[in-house]
Amino acid sequence: MNESYDVLVVGIGGQGTILASNILGEACLTEGRLVKGAETHGMAQRGGSVESHIRIDGKFGPLIAPGDADIMVSFDLLEALRYKHYLKPGGKIIVNRHVVIPTSVFVQGAPVPDEEEILARLGDVSLCVLDAESLAIEAGSPLAQNVVMLGAASHFIPLSPDSLRTAVESLVPPKTVEINIKAFDLGREAGAECKG
Amino acid sequence: MRKQYLLGNEAIAHGCLESPVDFVSGYPGTPSSEVIDILRMREMKDYYVEWSVNEKVALENALAAAWCGLRALCTMKHVGLNVAADPLMTSAYTGVTGGLVIMSADDPFAHSSQNEQDSRCYASFARIPCLDPSGIQEAHDMVKDAFALSEEFGLPVIFRPTTRICHSKGDVELGTIVATTRVGKFHKDPRQYVVIPAHTRILHKKLNEKQAAIKKRLVESGYNYYRIRGSTAVVASGIAAMYVQEILPTDVSFMKIGAYPIDEEWLAEFVQQHETILVIEELAPVVEEAVRQVAGCVAVYGKKDGHAPYEGELSPMSVARIMESCGFNTAKTFPEANPLPDIPARPPIMCAGCTHRPVFYTMKKVFKDGIYPSDIGCYTLGLQLGAVDTTICMGASITVGSGIYHSGEKADIAATIGDSTFLHTGIPGLLNAVYNGANMTLIILDNRITAMTGHQPNPATGVTASGEQTVPVSLEAICRACGVSFVDTVDSYDLVGLTTAMKDAKSRPGVKVIIARQPCVITARRAGIRRGRYQVNSEICTSCGLCVKFGCPAIEMGGDTPIVSELCSGCGVCAQICPSGAIAKEGRR
Repeated sequence: MNESYDVLVVGIGGQGTILASNILGEACLTEGRLVKGAETHGMAQRGGSVESHIRIDGKFGPLIAPGDADIMVSFDLLEALRYKHYLKPGGKIIVNRHVVIPTSVFVQGAPVPDEEEILARLGDVSLCVLDAESLAIEAGSPLAQNVVMLGAASHFIPLSPDSLRTAVESLVPPKTVEINIKAFDLGREAGAECKG
Repeated sequence: MRKQYLLGNEAIAHGCLESPVDFVSGYPGTPSSEVIDILRMREMKDYYVEWSVNEKVALENALAAAWCGLRALCTMKHVGLNVAADPLMTSAYTGVTGGLVIMSADDPFAHSSQNEQDSRCYASFARIPCLDPSGIQEAHDMVKDAFALSEEFGLPVIFRPTTRICHSKGDVELGTIVATTRVGKFHKDPRQYVVIPAHTRILHKKLNEKQAAIKKRLVESGYNYYRIRGSTAVVASGIAAMYVQEILPTDVSFMKIGAYPIDEEWLAEFVQQHETILVIEELAPVVEEAVRQVAGCVAVYGKKDGHAPYEGELSPMSVARIMESCGFNTAKTFPEANPLPDIPARPPIMCAGCTHRPVFYTMKKVFKDGIYPSDIGCYTLGLQLGAVDTTICMGASITVGSGIYHSGEKADIAATIGDSTFLHTGIPGLLNAVYNGANMTLIILDNRITAMTGHQPNPATGVTASGEQTVPVSLEAICRACGVSFVDTVDSYDLVGLTTAMKDAKSRPGVKVIIARQPCVITARRAGIRRGRYQVNSEICTSCGLCVKFGCPAIEMGGDTPIVSELCSGCGVCAQICPSGAIAKEGRR
């Protein structure tokens, strides 16, 4: 049986995980492949932790089991830590070097999680850390961080960069196509360093 | 047509257009809302579509359309079916001429709900068919067929996708959208449509006589099927059927149930060919009970013997664990993988600039030591601020408040309810509280929209589902008509106004209503309202932390002094809270 390639995209409601999942899904269709996915909708999105499951070549259900994801794309360091157990042994994490501190931490006066400490706790898996915000700004808009992340992940995901670029073109707002393609290419360039 | 990568609800909406549907009504509720949102947003509409004020109203409208021969769709979340249960139960007696499909979306694991009830039980209670999809493609195909089956049986059909269908995505093969030119025509037939005792006794008998044929027909529908491959078998339904197929060894038989009621003869034929049967389904043991009834000496595993849970949602991993516990092999094994400890939680929170936060903040000050019954909406998140003491179902903030008062409790009662929830089922409770002499304050959190489910318009918005202008209802006039003498309207961002109104209400006897009004910050932003950001002047700031405790996600601690982040919507409430006047709009001192 042909196993699916499982991608977990995690972040915070509003960061664009759903667009990222749509781009992967659309690229699968371009290549004539099956795909299944699951995502967070409704009130849970309001600034909360969100996850999108995408199963490339997926025939059955949309859910990735913990310990089974081939790759995780995380828009936030803390979220990478939260979902780390979904990664299969030998899996890879593409993570944005940025932490949005949960509001509850400030309100309760709890210890503020620190970037270096989180990176240390992620240290036992293969990491690809990038500064998606600067790359997105370089591309023309901080809103394109999700596409930067996909660009970096494109070295590892079994979809051709061209299908992914085509999907970006068809799914982002028409006025932002150029910015997003640039964001994808800058992310891909940054991700090249993680290949080893 | 090329396949598309679609959300379950998008595929369902498209299936309805292919049917084609003529009449659409419903009340928003996660995970069902996107179906009507998609249908109402289409530019070309040859069908009627409305957001109704509640599910009972929605179902009665759709039923009438189906009596007039139209294909009608009525959508809601599972708990909405409780509100619509009254027309539902008797609509099975009257039947329909056009197809009536009631989409009741279940929410195993209560991702966004107050309970985990199973709509399949309503279908068997009402003795009407139920279609339960196991994937997105099937959901699309099923909803299309559901209209035809409804017409064939002359009965409403419950279509019951779950969260993992509605909010999952997949490659879907769509059909062609068909134009509809049907116009409803009501044919008088009192014996069918006037359920006086003499008529209803006959209608009930007719409903019961239909059952055997329905069961046989649903076997032919192809939504229930089996493959015999060994002496043991797994029977599964809904999305769990997908999880099972992912890990089922090739020597174990498989039966999938997607349509109810199940034909017992057909089921027994399968069950009796095996030594052991395991039933895997989410929520209620509907399939399991049917299997046990025909099992005889065949061993049956499932919920009733403790192998499978009654609650929560299943997953490939939990299904594998259940199979292992019953001695079944699985084609795939899942290692133990547990989350790391000590990671700060990131629950959903009210937005930066949310109109509810300042109301809760003031309420907790004015009604200190009070009791705070609340309701269903984004504002249920006020729990995190200690401003929500009860939530049970739509409209119950008011009735729970009056019930607590009449129980003899002496504490102040300050209840909160949103505009849409108030219009849904809040009004009768308010009328009742006034009529029976309760003493309480009701705060209507009026953000002019049904926000939590994705910003659907309601009668307070002044716009219909299809975007046409309509008369916005006056909440003030409704409250006064219910007999409330104290009705005060204030700006939700005005802390002084809120405090004055709440103190005034607190000092008076009887039922008092404060309407805290300000458009939802998300709709305001979408409408182009830009207020400008605020900032903290670190020279004036005394680091007292009051603004941080307010809990707005736009206020962070940047070392010793707070900073206002780019999330700021410019509501200005933090500037009113700051005792030293250190927060001001950017560019102002």
